[in-house]
Amino acid sequence: MAVVTAAIWPALDYSRVPYSFYHDADLYAREQEQIFRGPVWSFLGLDCEIPNPGDFRASYVGDTPVVFNRDREGAVKAFVNRCAHRGALVRREISGNAEQHICIYHQWCYGLDGGLRAIPFRRGIRGQGGLDAGFDMRAHSLRPLRVGRINGALFGTLASDAEPLEDYLGAPILAQLDRLLDRPVRVLGYNRQRIRGNWKLYAENTRDNYHASLLHEFLVTFGLDRSTQVGGVKMDQRHRHNITWAEADSDNDEFAHQAYAGAGVRNDFLSLQEPALVAFRREREDKLNIAITSVFPSAVFVQISNSLAVRQIRPRGVDEVEIFQTMLGYEDDTPEMTQHRLRQANLVGPAGLVSMEDGEAIEIAHRASKPDLDRATVIELGGGGVISDRDYRVTDVPLRGFWSYYAELLGIEPDGAVR
Amino acid sequence: MRPDRLAVCDLLAEYGGLIDAAKFDEWLGLFSAECRYQVVPRENFDRGLPAALILCDSRAMLEDRIRALREANKYNIHTDRHVIGLPRIFDDGMIEAPFAIYQTDQEGETRLFATGLYCDRLEHNAKGCKIRDKLILLDSFAIPSLLSTPL
Repeated sequence: MAVVTAAIWPALDYSRVPYSFYHDADLYAREQEQIFRGPVWSFLGLDCEIPNPGDFRASYVGDTPVVFNRDREGAVKAFVNRCAHRGALVRREISGNAEQHICIYHQWCYGLDGGLRAIPFRRGIRGQGGLDAGFDMRAHSLRPLRVGRINGALFGTLASDAEPLEDYLGAPILAQLDRLLDRPVRVLGYNRQRIRGNWKLYAENTRDNYHASLLHEFLVTFGLDRSTQVGGVKMDQRHRHNITWAEADSDNDEFAHQAYAGAGVRNDFLSLQEPALVAFRREREDKLNIAITSVFPSAVFVQISNSLAVRQIRPRGVDEVEIFQTMLGYEDDTPEMTQHRLRQANLVGPAGLVSMEDGEAIEIAHRASKPDLDRATVIELGGGGVISDRDYRVTDVPLRGFWSYYAELLGIEPDGAVR
Repeated sequence: MRPDRLAVCDLLAEYGGLIDAAKFDEWLGLFSAECRYQVVPRENFDRGLPAALILCDSRAMLEDRIRALREANKYNIHTDRHVIGLPRIFDDGMIEAPFAIYQTDQEGETRLFATGLYCDRLEHNAKGCKIRDKLILLDSFAIPSLLSTPL
């Protein structure tokens, strides 16, 4: 396969994306180097997952395994989970508490700051063997990440030249994280989904407002969310991140019936025996019942009704992605509110009543696009041209925002790019 | 009351067979009038975390789940095959049975879709056994593709 260059783009406004972007293994390797290990901030996990000194959790930055932990002074440190000696995974458990991290292979021992502390038989036995006296322990630490924190959400970057986290996220995303994480959260549980498709199909999916009420028929059929509601998309200045939002009770059945009937889409709204499953309890001044916050490249903070979650997109090679989802509640939730959130967790995740379809949509897009790499997807809902926020819902403009920043990081922006 | 082994084996055989035949109304008939059905990733169970992949804590919610599957949800076109192992039966009315579920797509390719443990509390009377509370502990909690038809 030829090396991808700026000449690959059929349209200057990123309204056409050649299928090769989802299937090119060389491109996948470049993404890991220039995006995930480049100047982006990746979501790692949550402060509340490691409350005590020594608590650690394994995570990923792209497909690079990392560990984040709390040191003796209470600071969060993160590093690549790979021994400086032979490249083995140092911390094999997903979570736990430890004084230090010891690689099982030759028991090289690292502190909670990732620094190399001890090497067995460093001086050999009876003066024979071991390492030369000149071996520099300090040059063989675990590779550190810079760690940033927004209201208990931990982000990390491997690039020393990454801009400050707050600047990277930008005002609209910060405002949304201030809103969703306005109180201490607790983890209700995790779920994982392995989708046989390229990770970018999922990154696009979370920015695609157009598909929601069409693919996820449950939303419309059972009255949780419709494109006729007041809503839209809001991006940061660089258009790399996006918030897809909608307001509860902002349309009416008659208008929605007409709109969906006019579009030739099923509109015989049904009701559930247990309506609590979709009942939205307002928790703040605003009326948002849908807020999907996608942070480039791989984090998604999700509010759907009263279910709260953060998803991490974990690429597993060019043909597979894991969606790792952490389900959240607030520490001060009543037991009854916790039960409500646990019930509404039915809406999301791999078995989610309004999300299971994404797994299938991504797999069929990945499968059918593979044989014809020169052809391209169409991204034109809400029009082409300059990328900007929209206060309506039948749009996929934020996908073009994603690709514009992707192209920038890979150094393949076309001359005269429209952003 | 310790459930009768033959009745338990019959119930488990019906349970898997009815899902594999996509007879979900009859499958719902295996649950008692008040029931709970949940699928919990082992990752959560082992850490004492409550979130489930599917939580139907009333019969109404379980019926809604099946209705949504029929009326609204779209998923990979497939058939299921349940292989349910010998149950352990306890004096307090609990049973445990290991399971494996294979999924086959339209082109005949089969993969192991799920494996884990059924932990069931049964209601046992003269008319037979019904499922009162089913906890499905999912060993294979990295869900391949998506989870649609009941485990």
